[in-house]
Amino acid sequence: MRYEVVIGLEVHAQLTTRTKMFCGCPTSFGAAPNTQTCPVCQGMPGTLPVLNRRAVEYGTRTALAFECRINPGCRFARKHYYYPDMPKNFQISQYEEPLAEDGALDVDLLGGETRRIGIQRLHLEEDVGKLVHEGTLETAQASLVDYNRAGVPLMETVSRPEIRSPEEAAAYLRAFRAVLVYLGVNDGNMEEGSLRCDANISLKPAGARELGTKVEIKNLNSFRNVQRALEFEVKRQTDALARGERIVQETRLWDADGGSTRSMRSKEYAHDYRYFPEPDLVPLKLERAWVEEIRAALPELPRARRQRFVSELGLPPYDAGVLTQSRALAEYYESAVREFPQPKLVSNWVMSELLRELPADDERAIAEAPITPSRLAGLLRLIDDGTISGKIAKTVFEKMLATREEASAIVRREGLTQVADAAALEALVEAAIAGNPRAVDDFRKGKTAAAKALVGQVMKASGGKANPAMVSKLVEEKLTKS
Amino acid sequence: MDLHRPIHELTAAFSRGETSPTAVTEAYLGRIEKLDGKLGAYITVTAEQARAAAAAADRRYRAGSPLGPLDGVPVSIKDVFCTRGVPTTSGSRILERYVPPYDATLVSRLAAGGAVMLGKGNLDEFAMGSSTEHSAFHVTRNPWDLARVPGGSSGGPAAAVAGGLAAGGYGTDTGGSIRQPAAFCGVVGLKPTFGRISRFGLIAFASSLDHPGPFGLDVTDAALLLGGVAGHDSLDATSIPAPVPDYTADLARGVRGVRLGVPDEYFIPGMDPEIEAAVRAAVEVLKGLGASVERVSLPATPHALATYYVIAPAEASSNLARYDGVKYGLRVPGRDLVDMESRTRAAGFGAEVKRRIMLGTYVLSAGYYDAYYGQAQKVRTLVRRDFDAAFGRVDLIVAPTTPNVAFKHGDKEDPVQMYLNDVFTIPADMAGIPAISVPCGFTAGGLPIGLQLIGKALDEPGVLRAAYAYEQATDWHRRHPELA
Repeated sequence: MRYEVVIGLEVHAQLTTRTKMFCGCPTSFGAAPNTQTCPVCQGMPGTLPVLNRRAVEYGTRTALAFECRINPGCRFARKHYYYPDMPKNFQISQYEEPLAEDGALDVDLLGGETRRIGIQRLHLEEDVGKLVHEGTLETAQASLVDYNRAGVPLMETVSRPEIRSPEEAAAYLRAFRAVLVYLGVNDGNMEEGSLRCDANISLKPAGARELGTKVEIKNLNSFRNVQRALEFEVKRQTDALARGERIVQETRLWDADGGSTRSMRSKEYAHDYRYFPEPDLVPLKLERAWVEEIRAALPELPRARRQRFVSELGLPPYDAGVLTQSRALAEYYESAVREFPQPKLVSNWVMSELLRELPADDERAIAEAPITPSRLAGLLRLIDDGTISGKIAKTVFEKMLATREEASAIVRREGLTQVADAAALEALVEAAIAGNPRAVDDFRKGKTAAAKALVGQVMKASGGKANPAMVSKLVEEKLTKS
Repeated sequence: MDLHRPIHELTAAFSRGETSPTAVTEAYLGRIEKLDGKLGAYITVTAEQARAAAAAADRRYRAGSPLGPLDGVPVSIKDVFCTRGVPTTSGSRILERYVPPYDATLVSRLAAGGAVMLGKGNLDEFAMGSSTEHSAFHVTRNPWDLARVPGGSSGGPAAAVAGGLAAGGYGTDTGGSIRQPAAFCGVVGLKPTFGRISRFGLIAFASSLDHPGPFGLDVTDAALLLGGVAGHDSLDATSIPAPVPDYTADLARGVRGVRLGVPDEYFIPGMDPEIEAAVRAAVEVLKGLGASVERVSLPATPHALATYYVIAPAEASSNLARYDGVKYGLRVPGRDLVDMESRTRAAGFGAEVKRRIMLGTYVLSAGYYDAYYGQAQKVRTLVRRDFDAAFGRVDLIVAPTTPNVAFKHGDKEDPVQMYLNDVFTIPADMAGIPAISVPCGFTAGGLPIGLQLIGKALDEPGVLRAAYAYEQATDWHRRHPELA
């Protein structure tokens, strides 16, 4: 029997607010354990949560970008379970009344097809702390708790089960991440855990309406792992079904080293989260005007930008795709084009030179690139006006990376200017002709290639700095005249 | 020294230089030393801090610039308010050695106003109870009769004020825990509007029902003690941003023309006839002062108690989840994490607290939520609507505070009998509206009786005014127990 794959993704994204969801502690990553905590995020007796307005703004911004319906009134709820990384033994989350519902994300697939994946809901919640076990979880004699992350704002976005393959899941995540990073609400860093993904996957007989039994996979910390884990699961489930086995509804952990998923230890009892409305927070009412303000300030999203790069700048779709991988890169490219309006040439330089040095999706690295867009434009202008050759330009680019100087400064200091002075070149050409009578003879006998040898001589004599086009023109003139 | 002097008289004496915060503080500390072994009003006495605070207040009075009407005033604070550097137990073994790293907003506002904290008042564990017999440490006794309970859960501060072991006190009222002990101890107890006093730093029992409020020897003191801590707090999202009036400004305006409603549902079969008589007599006094009186009906009242025992335990089961031995407080070692947590909670919580955690866990569990918690929230809305409807016709509601007077220790072993004590106080907590208990007489056996006045949200001034008018026309508040 042929099976169809059904995948839904839940993504937890840390919001890039300066402070935590319900207290004023900083959210920055990597501080010494428990130094970014206060009585509130440590869940001390008597403390109360106060909602971070910026977190709501970021959530709303994202919901609008995903074309969700923003609920005019939403509530926070307490989700209860005992775990030492959670100071209160409940998490303040949203349950029945999430911030937003019913949106979608358009995902462009490699083959050129576009898939619209529904987004079921988007809600806000607080992150939990981190346990550090002395040894493995099973053998540790003690575990340490770091509450620095406890209370960091999280946005959970649940897709509809409309993703049809592991590749689509990875494409969805890439598009999702790009939107968040464009919006400036998340730093997109999966390795540091600021973007975390759980996947639900089931198989059903081709054409069947009813969904199969779903399995949840956790611990997916990169796009590649999401795809690999899902590929593994598709095979595991297909094989199991082929053997006539039933799929067990369970949570499985992805083991990236082993390249497989394994069942999490069976829980002693099923979780009953005992949700109820958080009595320490008043219901959240989003003013329409505020939501409209956020909508009006939405930046151009990656997909729209990609399309514009093709239609307005005439870039090939491949280039447009590469250049819109991050907001910083797209902005880099556009400002370079503003100063040097030859889009394809700029694209070539960004893709082949800049991206050899910097990862396209590293917002910070791109934004802080040693060669600014305006310096790149300056370099391209030097090629364009014939001051330097394309080959020399690559050398200049390397030096610019190291010294953060303007191209012109390097060219001037190092004497890399092409010799384009006709008089100076004429002398070199005449010297070459005088020194190579055989080549001159050959040319006159009809061996036009002999001119090329003369041009090479001149270029060599100029130390590579002569303008090759001018040299060949001069050589031809001299040979035909005399 | 007379330690039953109201705060407004004490501070006037400070200003005139007749006595000083230090002299008065020493007198209270001496009396605590002498009598609290019997009374059990305090869990922790903070003598050293009290002396330092009193000395600072002395200097301000000498310089003629006291910080306000509570400067140098010695108070007892229920041990649910977090105090930086001072153990805060909530009456529980599980927090026996817990020392908060921060002050509750109520505590920091008192300190900013110059008040002198004598110590942390006893209570039923986690404020769950009506007798202060369920403190993990010791019982508190009623100063009028040491064989009887002072009421609860804020029995410590109530007994301290009544017994002359503090000039004023602060408690919390979740189902009646200020008003009921005030009635039992013959003092004034005020539960203001929900959100009028910040809950930040108050160890939660039931978040949507917990109301901090003061105890005083008279209505003027209650007004001063309220004014000293009321007002918006950016650390409590449920606190009300409305400005705080001077609660003493219009106290003496009287009740002429004020419409009083007497609810049928607050006079029930089985209640103490002496209480009914005293309350009806008090209504006549108010009528004689120019108020008009009519019967009103609050039909949801009989369901309020049962509803309360769904909502409050539900919230408690959640609020108390954090006491697991991981981060602070008691830890009983175990084989593994779950075993350690189970042992800690088994050893750290008393029977009544466990009962309510189980009750609350049950009513929130999947499959029961709608039938219990969801339904209880609907009834809560009905209770609110009852009051809204009544306040369409009357300005204030007059009723007894409790159906019975202070009972003997051990008299109410059956939890439900204990719960019934709060039948008249719970509705105002459910509605979040202000209510006060003032002394309105004594039984033949010499036990105090409380009169309850309930007002609209934020109408503390109206509630206080009527209470003051009644108080000025009577002298119940001038009677104090003999303690030796």
